[in-house]
Amino acid sequence: MSTILSINGKSYTVEVQENMPLLWAIRDIVGLTGTKFGCGVAQCGACSILIDGQLTKSCSMPVSYGIGKEIFTIEGSSENLEVLREAWNDGNVPQCGYCQSGQLIAATALLDKIESPTDKDIDDAMSSNICRCGTYSRIRKAIHKAVELKNQKA
Amino acid sequence: MSNIHQVNRRDFMKLFGLASTGIILGCTAQTAKKKFSPEINKDFFAPNLFIHLEKNGNITLIASRSEMGQGIRTSLASAIADELEADWKYVNVKQATGNAKYGNQNTDGSRSVRTRLEPMRKMGAAAKMMLITAAANKWNVNESDCKAENHYVINTISNEKIFFGDLVEDASALPVPNEGAIQLKKVEDFKYIGKTLKSVDLNHFTHGTATYGIDVRIPNMKFAAIARCPVTFGTVKSFDSKNAEKVSGVEKVIKIDRKKPGIGQQFYGCLGGVAVIANNTWSAFQGKLDLDINWDFGDNKSFDSEEFKKTLTQRIQKNGKLVPGSRGNVSTAFNNANKVVEATYHVPFLVHVPMEVPNATAWYQDNKIEVWAPVQDPQTARAELAQFFEIPLENITINVTFLGGGFGRKSKSDFVVEAVTISKEIKAPVQVVWTREDDIKHSFYHATSVQYLKGGIDEKGNVSGWLQRVAFPSIVSSFKPLSDYASGFELGQGFTNNPYDLENFRLESVKAEAHLRIGWLRSVVHIHSGFGNNSFVDELAFAANIDPVQFHLNLIGKDRVIKGKSDYPYDTKRMKDVLNNTAKIADWNKKRPENHGMGIAIHYSFYSYVATAVEVSMNDGKVKIENVWTTIDCGLVLNKDNVINQLEGAAIFGMSIALFGKVSAKEGAVEQNNFFDYQMTRMKHAPKIHVDILDKMNEKPTGVGEPGVPVMAPAICNAIFNATGKRYRSLPLIDEGLI
Repeated sequence: MSTILSINGKSYTVEVQENMPLLWAIRDIVGLTGTKFGCGVAQCGACSILIDGQLTKSCSMPVSYGIGKEIFTIEGSSENLEVLREAWNDGNVPQCGYCQSGQLIAATALLDKIESPTDKDIDDAMSSNICRCGTYSRIRKAIHKAVELKNQKA
Repeated sequence: MSNIHQVNRRDFMKLFGLASTGIILGCTAQTAKKKFSPEINKDFFAPNLFIHLEKNGNITLIASRSEMGQGIRTSLASAIADELEADWKYVNVKQATGNAKYGNQNTDGSRSVRTRLEPMRKMGAAAKMMLITAAANKWNVNESDCKAENHYVINTISNEKIFFGDLVEDASALPVPNEGAIQLKKVEDFKYIGKTLKSVDLNHFTHGTATYGIDVRIPNMKFAAIARCPVTFGTVKSFDSKNAEKVSGVEKVIKIDRKKPGIGQQFYGCLGGVAVIANNTWSAFQGKLDLDINWDFGDNKSFDSEEFKKTLTQRIQKNGKLVPGSRGNVSTAFNNANKVVEATYHVPFLVHVPMEVPNATAWYQDNKIEVWAPVQDPQTARAELAQFFEIPLENITINVTFLGGGFGRKSKSDFVVEAVTISKEIKAPVQVVWTREDDIKHSFYHATSVQYLKGGIDEKGNVSGWLQRVAFPSIVSSFKPLSDYASGFELGQGFTNNPYDLENFRLESVKAEAHLRIGWLRSVVHIHSGFGNNSFVDELAFAANIDPVQFHLNLIGKDRVIKGKSDYPYDTKRMKDVLNNTAKIADWNKKRPENHGMGIAIHYSFYSYVATAVEVSMNDGKVKIENVWTTIDCGLVLNKDNVINQLEGAAIFGMSIALFGKVSAKEGAVEQNNFFDYQMTRMKHAPKIHVDILDKMNEKPTGVGEPGVPVMAPAICNAIFNATGKRYRSLPLIDEGLI
């Protein structure tokens, strides 16, 4: 059936089953491939997106859940995501890079909620995202760095 | 080697095939011009396959190795750019397709920098010589009066300078220099080598625009998921696809047969099964779940990994096959010993689980195959397709995408063979995507192992005898059935060549059959040898009542260089240097809180020297890894931050092995499913990691991607022993209730 999805401020009309997970609708139907498949069971966070600002594992939420809501993916832009990107680049964070879309979205959700997260906040917020390359200490540093960059710009 | 020979001009990059030993300087622009002048393109200077300089100064450098997180695209390009005296801001990197003309492209064994650094430097240096000659001719001065610097050639007499881009036409007409005439820069003159250059792909990684295999989109492509037999090499007896075909989006269901390489061939074939083809990935996954398949489980249907562990544990109580390299007489040593220590260690089957699952996109049409896939070894994939599909090699193109992690899994191109098989059948481009469950249940597994160690300690506290029996299914079994003993190359990974000075040393290999496909995982057999050796040395140190760091130093022995068969002799001093450095940066003797413990491990692998100290804390019987200190001596460093990043990652990878990694099988089928029962180290587990690289810029470069892994499990177990007095000899620690 025909469904309208609003992604990164743009409207997409898609022919899709409503029980298809948002991940696959975004990747295969809409064609935005920055959001990644990692496990399909909300265990790894590679598919993280924001729905009305809430961090969501898109592999485990159906298209019907996203209708009428604002979806935000790694292809989008926000103040916090941009500053996180800068910090990620500054710290040369990624290795293979595959999980980093999800990591950046999860970190965006964290900074949207907590202005200056502690290490414990980072542990809590980022532990549902797996990085098999093991870039955790750089991600942690980059989140702190992003806060620093933001404060400098303020 | 350096004779001029013709290269096909249609392949417009002009020169250099690569021999295994280095470069062959191939045809020149001049000779090509005589023969093919109508095709000469004066808009760019491409003196070899790896360099393409345009008039605007932009340089495209070719990455011949696969990028899977080790930063190789940046590293190898920076080596060319350094010798070329290119300004990095003009550099773009392009990925090579799988083709022997680029030399060996097999991205594994931590050898890309070790084997490709010098050839890449020569490519850059040869191009620089030609640019200098072109400029010298313009100025009518000697080449020795010119130098290249930051994308310009400078006339050192007049101080005039010419931009690289403005030399394109003139340089294109010059002969390529002989390899013997190429002079490489001195270490002190390096501009990029040994420094840090950030990944050229950073912006793609942080914007979701890097194209991994799974992101490839071809017009009108289909998506496929395959149901494979739960038991290795089981086959389809019959299947009912009625329900699967009712799933919206599903277009077709087909049976695909197992493709089996010839005995001894280093090909991977594919497992076969039932493929569901759909117009999107999700429908293919759903359709697969609705298949009703009647399997013939075959010969491996009774395999039980717990029983197998018991069997191996029994077998290693008795003598195995004596391995060459054994020396002295351990029996006498044990009889005369002050103390004798015995221990048995176990590592389970492990699986790679790269974040990007195995996948491949293929299009078989008109006696041609084109593939887009995240492969570590594109040339083998190409050769394998040529054989299985009887298509000439030159009609097969393997486009190498970014790899969302590899760790050895993507060296095995079975997923490529599957995609081509389906594309041929449905006459359309298709992307095969494995589910995570497929990845965990149908991999080429890191072998399980059981080791028995027995050591004697003399009255001075030195090790007087060392007996080691090892049993693990061999990787060779994936290519040659009935390879029931570890092969020589596997025993050479830390068993026959442990870093110790042992007068009485006996190594025995014990039978272990394969009932799963066995493959290699980041650091391979060193995972077993590193765990057994370092755990046992720690046990011996405790028995001898000597500090483990000092005990290791004693065991490495006096300074000496042991020449093996390779060009990389083992230098005991370098091993002691990394150990002493780690003890220093970890402040080894510092008093720590009561519930903390320190563990140390050393390992020599991929010709690099690593020593790692781990600090753990114990709370309510649970372990937390607090700190990791690692020192590496990997010879010449190409990209410093890359090395640090790799060592940090290796610590996390090694932690996953120690804490969580376990694949088990019952009735022939792997029991684990996904990340909830095959767990990974996460942010909340991640320790502080301190990496130190010894400055050995005048040594040859050695491995970086893997050597940081094998030390982690033993260092963690040794630290837990130090904190608690309890010794853990079987991995993973989650099974012991420690997590």
